[in-house]
Amino acid sequence: MDTQEQLSVINGIGRPFAERVKEEKNALFVADRINTLQINVSRLCNLSCRHCHVQAGPDRKEIMPIDILKKCLETAALPEIEVIDITGGAPEMNPYLEWFISAAAKLKKRLMVRSNLVILADERYSRFMDVYQSGRVEIVTSLPAYEHEKSDKQRGKGTFGKTVEIIKELNKRGYGLEGTGLILDIVHNPVGAYMPAQQDVIEHEYRKKLKEGHGIFFSSLFTITNMPIGRYLDFLLSSGNFEDYMSELIKSFNKSAVDSAMCRFMVSIGWDGTIYDCDFNQMLGLRVDHGTPDNIRNFDIKKLNGRIITTANHCYGCTAGSGSSCQGATAENA
Amino acid sequence: MADYYEKKDLEDFANIGEYAKDQGEKFFQYYGSSTSQGNLSEREKSLIALAVATTQNCPYCIDAYTNKCLSIGLTSDEMMEAVHVGAAMMAGVTLAHSTQMRKIIKKKEL
Repeated sequence: MDTQEQLSVINGIGRPFAERVKEEKNALFVADRINTLQINVSRLCNLSCRHCHVQAGPDRKEIMPIDILKKCLETAALPEIEVIDITGGAPEMNPYLEWFISAAAKLKKRLMVRSNLVILADERYSRFMDVYQSGRVEIVTSLPAYEHEKSDKQRGKGTFGKTVEIIKELNKRGYGLEGTGLILDIVHNPVGAYMPAQQDVIEHEYRKKLKEGHGIFFSSLFTITNMPIGRYLDFLLSSGNFEDYMSELIKSFNKSAVDSAMCRFMVSIGWDGTIYDCDFNQMLGLRVDHGTPDNIRNFDIKKLNGRIITTANHCYGCTAGSGSSCQGATAENA
Repeated sequence: MADYYEKKDLEDFANIGEYAKDQGEKFFQYYGSSTSQGNLSEREKSLIALAVATTQNCPYCIDAYTNKCLSIGLTSDEMMEAVHVGAAMMAGVTLAHSTQMRKIIKKKEL
């Protein structure tokens, strides 16, 4: 389904998100102070996860070129930017990632990479464990369930075992262990058409099950609500769950999650340098709007701070229940 | 019959205090504190609620607590085990009541 079709489907249910925010908050939905630069360096991926909003996979061609990466590095050096968040696809499949990590690490900011870890079991990419460790890069990985079958259902056969194997190796290096400063976070998102539970409840179970069952450890767990876009939208529609799922998101609207929505504090950069309010908007082709410069080549933090955020009804996914972001829950449950 | 059990009616549960507000508010307070974490975890309580929902044939509760259990990360096997506890209890309750029947039989028969 192309982006226009997706937008037409998600906007066909419920009141427009921006209207709801305006009514609840008596204000436009605007960004606050940007402190995070999220960079999508590759839509190419070794996996084709069934929930992937990027619709990443081995057939994708979009890779951020070196000139755009250099502009990202310049931007990341701005004093206002505190967090550099690298995502994909599989970021490791960008041939310039190693260079970028080494250069970005010198900025001495919080540097994180979203890796599926399965790719590190491939000897062509296993060196990235050294690269991440030497740059003290925070690693965020997806592990939708602590049961082998359930996790593989979403990410593909054999992925759970490989992820566990790599986490063991990372644990040996000190990742995910208290006191080392080497952060390894896990992302949980539901394997189906339902909302995630409260983050602390799930985190407790993950710690117990992964320690007892596999002897592995992690720093924190983030719960992320699946966004009704990309492959997950295909699943919702083909399984007859779309209307119920959207109604659940809309019904669970939590106005306190609006204030803490991640798009208020970040921008997302696409492979070609286009600026978006978040990675989800990026996959829907919704670039920053309302007269804000929309390419990394003319990045202007003053104009981006306080910009009106571009929304569609998938945004209800970030304000439902405890809220959802790339850093997990954002609010107390309503 | 279809009119009695519409999926969207589950959303109306929040409005059951529309009349007799005082009792409605007290019920929700009680419901909230009974189903949230106490000495028993939220997971344990959700499984109990699921078992009760199935034994009482309540489609709304079955819908709500199946989703809750999935969200919490309970497995299909764990959920089905809880349903079996409910089923076994129902069978046991039925059979235990046969004591009354057997007592009457023994009293009446020559």
